[in-house]
Amino acid sequence: MHLNTFREALRIAYRSVGDNKLRSVLTTLGIVIGVVVVTLMATVIEGLGKALDKSIESLGTDVYYVSKWNWFGGDWWKSRNRRDITVSEAQKLRERFTQAIAVVPVVSTWEETIKYGNLSVQGIVNGTVEDYIATTGVLPEEGRFFNDLESNSGRPVCVIGKEVASNLFGKEDPIGKTVKIKGYSYRVIGVFEKEGDFMGSSMFSKDTQVFIPLSNFLHVFGGERSVDIHVKLKPHVDKEEAKIELIGVFRQVRRLPPDKEDDFAVNTQDFLKDVFDSVVSTIGIVGFIITSLSLLVGGVGIMNIMFVSVKERTKEIGTRKAVGARKRDILVQFLIESSFLCILGGAIGLAISFPLSLVIDQFLPSSMPLWVVALSLSISMAVGLVSGIVPAYTAARMNPVEALRYE
Amino acid sequence: MNDAEHDLEPMIHIVNVSKTYVMGIEEVHALRGATLDISRNEYVAIMGPSGSGKSTLMNIIGCLDTPTSGLYRFEGINVGELDDDALAAIRNKKIGFVFQMFNLLPRSTALHNVELPLIYAGVPAAERRNRAERALTAVGLAERMHHKPNELSGGQRQCVAIARALVNNPSVILADEPTGNLDSKTGEEIMRIFEDLHEQGHSIIVVTHEEDIAAHAHRVIRLFDGEIAGDVPVERPRRALRHHVTA
Ligand SMILES: Nc1ncnc2c1ncn2[C@@H]1O[C@H](COP(=O)(O)OP(=O)(O)O)[C@@H](O)[C@H]1O
Ligand SMILES: [Mg+2]
Repeated sequence: MHLNTFREALRIAYRSVGDNKLRSVLTTLGIVIGVVVVTLMATVIEGLGKALDKSIESLGTDVYYVSKWNWFGGDWWKSRNRRDITVSEAQKLRERFTQAIAVVPVVSTWEETIKYGNLSVQGIVNGTVEDYIATTGVLPEEGRFFNDLESNSGRPVCVIGKEVASNLFGKEDPIGKTVKIKGYSYRVIGVFEKEGDFMGSSMFSKDTQVFIPLSNFLHVFGGERSVDIHVKLKPHVDKEEAKIELIGVFRQVRRLPPDKEDDFAVNTQDFLKDVFDSVVSTIGIVGFIITSLSLLVGGVGIMNIMFVSVKERTKEIGTRKAVGARKRDILVQFLIESSFLCILGGAIGLAISFPLSLVIDQFLPSSMPLWVVALSLSISMAVGLVSGIVPAYTAARMNPVEALRYE
Repeated sequence: MNDAEHDLEPMIHIVNVSKTYVMGIEEVHALRGATLDISRNEYVAIMGPSGSGKSTLMNIIGCLDTPTSGLYRFEGINVGELDDDALAAIRNKKIGFVFQMFNLLPRSTALHNVELPLIYAGVPAAERRNRAERALTAVGLAERMHHKPNELSGGQRQCVAIARALVNNPSVILADEPTGNLDSKTGEEIMRIFEDLHEQGHSIIVVTHEEDIAAHAHRVIRLFDGEIAGDVPVERPRRALRHHVTA
């Protein structure tokens, strides 16, 4: 194949598509839809992946969450009837479980009103101890977390989430200001960095939460709440073994006889991965089906239009053969034309999905991955080649005399 | 046959060639046992009524088609044994076709139409353009080479087609009813170009059913019902009138 004939083929393809603009664009519709679906799907999955990484990071790796409630799965009624976990149980766990660098009790309210001046926001209030900061990947962006002194003496200080800060203080510096919770005053000593949310839920995000010393919390909100215990493992311990030991130790703490099943849950961030995987595979399967169908429809459309194109240009094929075009010259000409059409469809698809990916970015920080752009164009081209092969071959093997006689 | 005999053999050597088309159950004998030789630098007219097999013969001579039976040797090569690509290569390098309907690519300029055989021959762009320009100049269309066919008159279109046939410097130019779609004055101008080309040393075969056109040739082969019914030299070939293409 000469570069010459290749260029000639490109030029013909370009002209042929240019001469039949509307027809060309319509035939590529299937390809367009296929490419839009593939790219948006990849963009969403990428965004979810980023969100997952952030959530995993913010929950902290190697952290177990001992709780009355199962985060994922589990029987809600059963959980409800469990004994509450107490602060002293948390204390005992801390003393007996040796594989952790931090064992931290956290007690939480439902939504509380947090006021500053005449502004107020709703947020979850947590009571915990100074070690809490060792269990989380999210750090104060301004100020600091409370220290052991403040924690032990139950000082009225608080560390607030980014959204609480921006809603109450706007552009003001929150540090040193006083907010009111349940009529009590708390001095803001720190603001957490922004965490964002995972799959539209801020359940695990500190952005709308407030942290105060545990002893103060118990004083203000009372002690009738189940405590969550965050257990940050030592580095390099075997996570599975540690979990078994953790369960064993906590059963001892709660004096559970061997024939009773656990009356607590040991949660990990792994469930996020499970949620993520199931969401991604659902998106993937649906996207794959839609994409395959549209590419199939698109491919059939392209094949059809290529047959029309070959028929329309029978006489031209005869002429080209008369002046010396070989089979493969004609074959390549029509293959290039069909690939060109499909790549055009791919490009239109990308032109549509790119602005849509920017819209997605507003809800789920993400960007259209570059490899998806390359992949879409390659798939388009492959569809073009596959659906062009039969029409192109028909053209290539035409008898020149009959092609010339064709009216 | 050895090389010396090859050299003696005429450019076109046709012995007892037949062509049968099968249309369903019906067989059409387009050519029945034609035998003829045509040498380099001849100017031949092939005449005969419609359906007598003129185009069929021409297509076989031009390697667009192969005989059903019989022998055809072109420049010593047995055409019957060649595959499609080899036939294409001969058409590309050795044959120049001129058709009744011009057969130009409608979207392309005259220049690009003339470049077409060179594109398939793999000639580099600069040389291609150069040669195409020269061919167009030779047929008097230097001024029009950037025009598309629909911007040219019928006569001018046929001139582009002749330039395309010329551009690869073929062994023979084959014209099938080249004036069939033109008025007689324009036809005369086309015949003048063939006359000039013949004088410059080209071999020319013109298919026609018009005596006036055939009268320009130096030899007339008559076909009737697929058989050669006559093959005579022309005593005094008619000279084309010398004036310029205007139409
Ligand atoms: N491709 C073909 N298929 C079937 N019949 C054909 C074909 N080409 C020519 N013929 C028939 O062969 C005969 C000779 O045709 P042709 O060579 O075109 O004659 P001419 O050019 O002298 O008019 C005609 O009867 C024509 O119908
Ligand atoms: Mg004919």
